[in-house]
Amino acid sequence: MEKYKTRMGDGFSVEMTEAEIQRDIEEGTQDAANRAKIPPLTGDEIRYLVELFKSPDNAVGVKRGNEVILSYDSGTTKFKRANVSVSKIQSLQIYERMLGSDTLELAHIDYSFKPVKPIVVFEQPILEQALLMTIPPLFYGAMPNLGLYSQPDGPCANPADLLPKGKIAEARASYAEAVEHAVKDMVYVGSEMYESGADGINFDTAAAAGDAEFLATLKAIEILRKKYPKMCIMMGMASEFILGMHGEVFYDGVRLAGLYPHKQLELAEKAGVTIFGPTTNIVTNRSLPWNIARSVNFAQACADRGHIPCHACMGMGVGGVPLTLSPPVDALTRASKAMVEIGRMDGL
Amino acid sequence: MAISHGIASGMGGIRTAGDLVARMQMTRGMKIREAKKYVAEKLKISVEDVADPVVMAEVREDLDLGLVNAIPRVTKGMDAKFRIADILGIEINCVSRFKRKVGLSV
Repeated sequence: MEKYKTRMGDGFSVEMTEAEIQRDIEEGTQDAANRAKIPPLTGDEIRYLVELFKSPDNAVGVKRGNEVILSYDSGTTKFKRANVSVSKIQSLQIYERMLGSDTLELAHIDYSFKPVKPIVVFEQPILEQALLMTIPPLFYGAMPNLGLYSQPDGPCANPADLLPKGKIAEARASYAEAVEHAVKDMVYVGSEMYESGADGINFDTAAAAGDAEFLATLKAIEILRKKYPKMCIMMGMASEFILGMHGEVFYDGVRLAGLYPHKQLELAEKAGVTIFGPTTNIVTNRSLPWNIARSVNFAQACADRGHIPCHACMGMGVGGVPLTLSPPVDALTRASKAMVEIGRMDGL
Repeated sequence: MAISHGIASGMGGIRTAGDLVARMQMTRGMKIREAKKYVAEKLKISVEDVADPVVMAEVREDLDLGLVNAIPRVTKGMDAKFRIADILGIEINCVSRFKRKVGLSV
């Protein structure tokens, strides 16, 4: 029986028969459907994915006419991480003129709002200068990163220390205090960068620290939306599921713990988000057919229900892209194509 | 990552009308089809052509919207965005601030 080369969620190669690919796709979509209570992929969509994985081509792409907008998280820091000796503005020019980027993002190497706060005055002139010499829309991005507000990094008692001692009320109080600090920092940095001319603010990896962080991000966005009605606000999520680290946090009457992407999107719209980034984490010991089917199913539920553009998060370890620092082209382009043509995304 | 996504699914930025379509998502909250259609109408081209680098190079040159290549006397940054804001009928934050800075009416 013929076997087709694909990969596992950690990026390592695996060979599968057509029947095995189809079984994994069906199980992947069913997993998403069961968890989020959304319809699974249709028979045609499953067949599309089977053919995608049977294709012997290394790189694949969307049909002409199906191209979408690409936005980026942690834009300029990617060059620093790769140890490429270029300035932030040079990084933006490389994105613009050599990588064909539809949008740009300026970012601090310590990619969180809290560490940006004391150095925002150094970021603003870079943004202002970059805006003079680049053409695509330019975001300023950072992560809400509520973890930085807990001791020893921040002022609040650490919930991870309190919870094992059974101090649940104290842990929740600490989260509430951290939310207030984080909201102030996000509003301050977002306002300053918008006042300097940024086209938009990107709240990236939102809710990484769970439901309290999601609340902080929504509250900050709500304030910024009122303050700047024309500001573009993008919010990319940390995972497909809001962790209930607090457990009793609500926004607009909705409990945040346990929300899946299409429900996260509803609250994002209410808060004033312009572009929403649904995220699905990779399960490393399952195959790519399983992971991609699951990821596009979660995304599709957002595309079908949402009223705002959705850009799926498609970095290492999310959105069907294997969890490895050097994602293989065959795996990444399959995830990319499937997310656009089956996930019906407006961008990635 | 950026290169692979760009080849698989990206519009192509200023090689095409990727930056213009992105602006419609960002300023008007348009989904991708609506944004492409809006840009195509404003540029007086077909929707398919908004992602065609050959057609768009000519359109961008004709309308002076900025190009990938460094050509003398072609707009290259803020000047291109002045024209983009005008042609798309949108407000661009840095353009408005630039105008206020130099005493031009917004």
